[in-house]
Amino acid sequence: MSKSDRRGRTPSLDAVAGNGLINRRALLGQGIALAGAAGITGATGAAAEPLKDESWGLEFGQNTPALQVPSRFEKDVTRALSNSKGEFRNSHARTPHHLLNGTITPNALHFSINHAGIPDIDPAKHKLVIHGMVKQPLEFTLETLSRYPLVTRPYFVECAGNSAPMFSNEPLQAPAGLLHGLVSNSEWTGVPLSVLLDEAGIDPNAKWLVAEGGDAHFLDRSIPVKKAYDDAMVAIYQNGERLMPGNGYPMRLLVPGYQGNMNVKFLRRLKAVDEPAYTYFETKNYSQVLPGGKTWRFHFLMEVKSFITSPSLGNHLKEPGFYAISGVAYSGNGRIAKVLVSADGGKSWGEAALQGPVSPKAFTRFVMPWRWDGQPAVILSRAWDETGAAQPLRAEFVAQRGQTKTPVTTPLAFPNQHYNSVTAWGIDGKGEIKHVYA
Amino acid sequence: MSMRKSLAALLIVLGAGAALAESPKLGRPISEADVRQWDIAILPNGSNLPAGQGTPAAGAKIFAEKCAACHGDQAKGGVAPFYPSLVGGQPLTNGIETPKTIANYYAYATTVFDYIRRAMPYNAPRSLPDNEVYALTAYILSLNKLIGENDVMDAKTLPQVKMPNRDNFIMPYPDRI
Repeated sequence: MSKSDRRGRTPSLDAVAGNGLINRRALLGQGIALAGAAGITGATGAAAEPLKDESWGLEFGQNTPALQVPSRFEKDVTRALSNSKGEFRNSHARTPHHLLNGTITPNALHFSINHAGIPDIDPAKHKLVIHGMVKQPLEFTLETLSRYPLVTRPYFVECAGNSAPMFSNEPLQAPAGLLHGLVSNSEWTGVPLSVLLDEAGIDPNAKWLVAEGGDAHFLDRSIPVKKAYDDAMVAIYQNGERLMPGNGYPMRLLVPGYQGNMNVKFLRRLKAVDEPAYTYFETKNYSQVLPGGKTWRFHFLMEVKSFITSPSLGNHLKEPGFYAISGVAYSGNGRIAKVLVSADGGKSWGEAALQGPVSPKAFTRFVMPWRWDGQPAVILSRAWDETGAAQPLRAEFVAQRGQTKTPVTTPLAFPNQHYNSVTAWGIDGKGEIKHVYA
Repeated sequence: MSMRKSLAALLIVLGAGAALAESPKLGRPISEADVRQWDIAILPNGSNLPAGQGTPAAGAKIFAEKCAACHGDQAKGGVAPFYPSLVGGQPLTNGIETPKTIANYYAYATTVFDYIRRAMPYNAPRSLPDNEVYALTAYILSLNKLIGENDVMDAKTLPQVKMPNRDNFIMPYPDRI
């Protein structure tokens, strides 16, 4: 039976908020209490059947391959595509967050946006040049960068257009991987950009770097030198292996917490200049129109956000009982400080457990124990970061940033940029889940 | 020093970030002259714009030949939903989902030149001589009535084009620059 605290109560049974939310302490070393606690039903129904051996245990298995891939039973865990017919235009692939767990996005499932296709770069011929307002222009290769003392850090990368379908005036029915699939989180390894800029002797009057990629657009963005000296790096490994082609092979700029497009892939040139270039991608795509017609320039920051990945749209709750509400939270400002979860549409909130270590500008997974009573419920999560910034409720967000006049009909649309309100999942009495606004 | 001690010292140095101060300096010096072919970055003040020039009339001919297949006759679009018109645009007061265009959004005309030179035509990027880039830029600016029909675009005139939305921007995070 369950452990008790000094006063003889069972902490795991504490309801912390309405509609079945349980104190997160129930998760911390009190797992047995959950399983045995009165009022929390586990599996119900027929008794188990006698055990027997299955065929895979009775015959010799597959030979071990050089490069392993997931089980054939996981074949549906793939990225959602924006251009599956291969039309002559840009193409995106989104991370299926509703099918994943933990905090590290597997490399094959990291989101990828390519405005001019993915270049087939020979790493032996690729060069990175630093020039402009520097004492000595320098040229680097993958080989030379690999000889530097490298740093390894977990960071999320998020497209400024991630979650954009939620600008819709009515909730679009799509799983978390489509609504929020343009953010992923990896362990990146590379050379701090400050080291390379110091080596070139950057002019103190240089305030910006024009960063340019080696794709067919030579895609370029203006990066503040201030950010370069804060925590930017030239990344050459992703989760321990070389970068994926769609994520910038053989090297990319990382500007942690800033909009994804600034993390220039296939990085080939950094030119130090005294004012920004107003490139196409900072002028048009990755900027936004505000209610009233004013426009934002150089927003950069991806602000605090969280979303529940389980249970979420696409799941079906088969029976009342215990569920762990789980999702990811992150902020371009730094570390996640806390995540609150509600199961009653935001009337009451309980604090979720954060699975540490909590790293700045990286995914933090949160978990909230919940007992579903089989009645309709609306679950949502709301994050705060270490600077005190709070993820806005949808009504708060819309009051400031607006919404569309007519419903958005495809998750592939980008009606605007920089969306970060809470996401709500509505669960009906049959356990079916829909995207709702709460 | 024992190997274990020196290893420990190394770990301390790396852990403290002191290793960063001692860069191995493996960058190979290169002259700005040797970077020139790559250096197509231009600024709104016209810095680094190339020599050459073009007119809307010259641009119209090049557009019909190299651009209209995607962007439509006179850049009016209509070929495919993902190839945009390059003319006009609704007022931004229409709503937050208003498509951002050259006429209603761009702050600087240099952005048009830069993007054409980098990325267009989509199937043959960097195939246009600078004179053709100037001419196409002039043609598109002229279609949008941002310059006159006979205005010549070059390194001097292009930065002087006044874009209607230029003063309509807010910097949400000025301290980050």
